[in-house]
Formats: sequence, structure tokens, C-alpha cells
Amino acid sequence: MSMFSHPFMVYALLGGTGIAAACGAVGFFLVLRAQVFTGDALSHVAFTGALAALAFGIDLRVGLFAATIAVALLLGALGRRGRADDVVIGNVFAWILGLGVFFLTLYTTNRSGSGNGSATINVLFGSILGLSSSQAQTALWIGVGVVAALVFIARPLLFATLDEAVAAARGVPVRVLGFVFLALVGAATAEATQAVGALLLLGLVAAPAGTALVLTDRPFRGLGLAVALAVGEMWAGLTLAYFVPRMPPSFSITAVATAVYAAAMIYRWSARRRAAVRSAATAVAPAHIRVAEPVATADTVSV
Amino acid sequence: MTAVDAVDAVNTDSEAAAALLDGESRVCNAGNEPVAVVELRGASASVAGRTLWGGVDLTVECGEFVAVLGPNGVGKSTLVKVLLGVLPAAAGEVRVLGHRPGTAGAQIGYLPQRRSFDASLRIRGIDVVRLGLDGDRWGIPLPGTRRFGGTKRREADARVREVIELVGASAYAHRAIGECSGGEQQRLLIAQALVRKPRLLVLDEPLDSLDLPNQASVAALIGRISRSEDVAVVMVAHDVNPILPYLDRVVYLADGGAASGTPEEVITTETLSKLFRTPVEVLRASDGRLVVVGGPEAPVMHSDRHAGALVGGDGRDADRRATDRRVTDGRASDRRAADRRPAGSEADDAR
Repeated sequence: MSMFSHPFMVYALLGGTGIAAACGAVGFFLVLRAQVFTGDALSHVAFTGALAALAFGIDLRVGLFAATIAVALLLGALGRRGRADDVVIGNVFAWILGLGVFFLTLYTTNRSGSGNGSATINVLFGSILGLSSSQAQTALWIGVGVVAALVFIARPLLFATLDEAVAAARGVPVRVLGFVFLALVGAATAEATQAVGALLLLGLVAAPAGTALVLTDRPFRGLGLAVALAVGEMWAGLTLAYFVPRMPPSFSITAVATAVYAAAMIYRWSARRRAAVRSAATAVAPAHIRVAEPVATADTVSV
Repeated sequence: MTAVDAVDAVNTDSEAAAALLDGESRVCNAGNEPVAVVELRGASASVAGRTLWGGVDLTVECGEFVAVLGPNGVGKSTLVKVLLGVLPAAAGEVRVLGHRPGTAGAQIGYLPQRRSFDASLRIRGIDVVRLGLDGDRWGIPLPGTRRFGGTKRREADARVREVIELVGASAYAHRAIGECSGGEQQRLLIAQALVRKPRLLVLDEPLDSLDLPNQASVAALIGRISRSEDVAVVMVAHDVNPILPYLDRVVYLADGGAASGTPEEVITTETLSKLFRTPVEVLRASDGRLVVVGGPEAPVMHSDRHAGALVGGDGRDADRRATDRRVTDGRASDRRAADRRPAGSEADDAR
């Protein structure tokens, strides 16, 4: 295959796999916890963090990770019970984005001569094909680390997500878990910024997770499916970008993710319709369907 | 209702002795010491320096069904927190299963006051029940371990199935819980609270937001489980009527005070009037339902409650014990008490 003969393509697939896996896993819980907005806010933070790093002339990734993880924890602290709330996020991320513009100005006035003019565009829209060998490896390992950490806390985190009070009564450290999760979201966001960019990473976080939740109602299967879908969509997007020369990978990846999500929604919608038609057809014989009901009715009568 | 007649009108003075006898004769979950599941002696609670209720004397034995009643905002949920060990009692003694609250762990099943699950939540009911069994464990259940920890896993599966059958939720346990009705969700959550075979089930307004038939059937379910599983139930309720036929004991909380005993002793015109220090009338409808009437409708003022906290203190225990029928007077001024109105059954009243 000629695609794998290009090192940049191999690095992109390698790094992209780690990034996509982390995004899929983190996204699954973001969707379940109704915190997708947090992911969006953190992508803006990623922009600011990266530009701050550029403005001060340090490694871009240091700025990315420091900013996203710090703000993720800050959001958790400001929101109640380790869950960031909408008003807090809204305020924080407008200010952060303003800060990003400030760093952008600093950067362009001080360092525009350094020959790194496309850096801003890369931060916003990603540059997965520009990953170096070491960057790709780092991305892969960070992705593996995020997924491993999330799998480790998956069950108590799910408990805390669905049933916070009961989980807390059972001794699940609900608040700490909330913070750990937000830190993982921060790390995944920082990684994803390098691949699809600050503006588009939400597609990689929300779409595979949303698709997985449409396709299965078993939580751990859903988590695995979200990871698998994200990785598959990353590969498909990269392949598309390779064979269609004019197509930027950030676009093809998010386009594939969105298309798969749309297909899943249509599938469920049509399945629902078929089920509705079927139950309407059997409604003529209601005794067959309402097996579960008589129990309740009997109790009611006896009281 | 017949259930009301069935319970003898026990004299209050001999009630403690009766409870003691009961405790000796009954051994719950064979092998355990016959300690009371819940024991409160002159317990009171305060939040932010404000005394909510006080002088609660209560003994709950195995398999007993006890309701916690009282007006809105009196601190019924606070009593739940005290039992769970989340909040320490301000005064008095609290023992849960013979120990300090909060140390009983899996022996307590808890169902908090609840908003229902979001309709779009696509997690199966059976998974939610399963979380009650092992939700506090790290990692994820791996399908590969079936071969190794096979028996353990099969046992867990069987227990989940058993408890779902017990609450009659088998028909919809495999559906997404968001798509289940309020009553169905409540049954699944009761199954979740029961899955570890607790000896005490603490339920905070489980009938809230259910329609009348579902209130009746879930109440019947809880009553049945308390008997068949020999699990003591402490249930916060704003309306006593759906659960009245199944109740062994009630605790009526009032501002600063409390009354406890069998429903026949506590939910009476005399007892409640003394508790609330205002004329309150308990009426019995032809179908056996109780309606509590009395007191002006005026809402409780917050400033009043702070006044209560300032006046209130400890060292009234002697006084409290002297009062017959275990009714403890709030340290409330009459004017303040008059603002309060027992919320026993106004919901039914309105219907």
C-alpha cells in the first residue's frame, strides 16, 4: 500500500489512533454526564493555551496541556459537586478566548519573523499530517494512558454519573472522580487539538460517543464502541484525506464522524417506526402485549 | 382499613417493653445478633446552628416498616442523612445496626429523593440495578473473566435477576431506563437498593411524583418486601395514606420536637395538636384514609425558624421523657407553632 510508504501518513495514523481513542472514551462520559459543553469550552482553552505557549516561545504542547487541565479542574471547582455548570463555563470561556486573542497579538507582533506563521491556523484547524515521529508516539501513549485511566474509573464514574447520591452513600468518591474525569478531558482535548484543531475537536469527542449511545444501551459496550468508532472514523478520515488531495484531514475526519452519527440516528428512527407499526398491528390483541400490567392493577385494587 | 384495626392499641408506656420483647424474639437474617436495626434516643438534628427537630425516640426492628412524616422543610431528609451517617446528630444517641451511623455499609440500601432519569438516557434498567451491586468497584466487568471468576459472575447475575423479579420489573429491565415510566423506574431503583440484601432500606419520598395507582402499587411492593425479605424500612413520606396499611410505626417530626409510635397513637387529633401546639384535627374518611386538618395556611417564615434555633437547646430531655405519649413539645412559642401546619395528608385532602 502506497499510503503506508509515507512516513507522515504512518505518524498520522499512529498519533491519530491514540487521539481518537482518548476522545471517544472521554466523549462517552461527557455525553452521559451532559457535559459536552465542557468539552467545547476546553477546546477554546486549548487555543489560548497553545497561543500563550507560542507567544512565550515554549513548547506548544506544554501550553496546551497546562491550560486545558488547569481550566478543566477550575471549572470543576467552580461548578457544584465536581460538575461544571453552564453559566460558569460560559463566563470562563469567553474570557479565555479573549485572552487567546491577546496572546495572538503578542505572538504576531513579537515573533512573526520566526517563520512559524501557520501556527495559528494549525492550532485552530489541526495539523495531523504534520506530526513528527516523536509527537506521534507521545500522542499514542497519552491516548492509551487516558483510555486506561478512564477504564479503571469507568464503573464508579458511571455509578456517580447515573446516581450521584446513591454512589456517594456507597462510598464512591464522587467529587474526586469528577475532578479526575475533568483532568482526563483536559488531556484528551489538548491532544486532539493537534490532530483536528481547537475548533473541530468537539466533533471527535461528541459524534462517536453519541453514535455509540444510539447503537447500544449497555454502558460498557457503549464505551468500547465509542472508542472503536472514534478510531475507525479517524482512520477512514485520514484515508479519505490521502486519496482526495484537496481534502484537509480535519474536515474528512469530522465529516466521517458526523456521517456515521447521522446514519445511526436514521437507523434508530426507522427501527422505531417499524416497531411502532408492529405494535400498532398487534394492538388489536391487547391481552398479549399488556402482560406486565395486571400486577400493578391487582395491587391497586387490594389497597 | 382493616390493617389499622389489626394492630392492637398498645399503651404507650408499655410500648418500649413490647419493642424489647419483640427484639428478643426476632432474629433477623439468622446468625445476626438481635440488635435493633435503628435505635434513636433523644436524637435531635440541627443544620447551620438551627434546630430542625428533636427528642426523637425510635426503635426499628427487623422487617418493620416505619414512616417519617412531617411538614415540608421540617428536616425529614435530614433524618435520613443522620441515619446514613452523612450528618451527625446534634444531640442524643443514634445506633444503626448496633453501630455508629455510616459504618454499616452494604447493610443499608438507600434510595434518595429523586428526579426521574432523563428520557434520552440509554442505559438499561438492569445495568442500573447492577451498579447497586458492584458500582463502587474499580475497572469494568470484563467478559473474559467469565472463565476464571465464572461462579462469582454467575452468582452476581443471578442475584440481579432475582431482585428484579422480586420487584416485578422483569418485563422492562432490559429496556433503556429513560424510556421506562416513573413507576417502573422507581421499582428498578428499589431493586438497586435491595440488591446487596441490606437489613435496612432507607427511602426518601419514593412515592413522590408517581400517579395514584403507582403510589399504591409501589407502597404495596415496599410493604411486601419488608415482610418477605425481613428488611427494615424507614421511609420518608409526605402522605401517609398509600402506606398506612403496611406501617408498623411512624415518626412525626415537628419544629423542634417529634412524636413516634404506632400510627394509631401518633396520627390522632390529640397527639398532633400537642405536637404542633395548635388545634389540629385528624379525620378518617370512609375508606380508612386519614386527613389532617388544622392550623392556618400561612407558610413558615425563615426568621421564625432561626428564633427557634436561638431559643432551642439541649437539656430538655428530662422534660421530654416526662411527657406522655412520647410527644415532645417544640420549644416553639405558640405564635410560631401556629404558623406550622402538619402536612400529613393535605395532598389527599385536595384530591
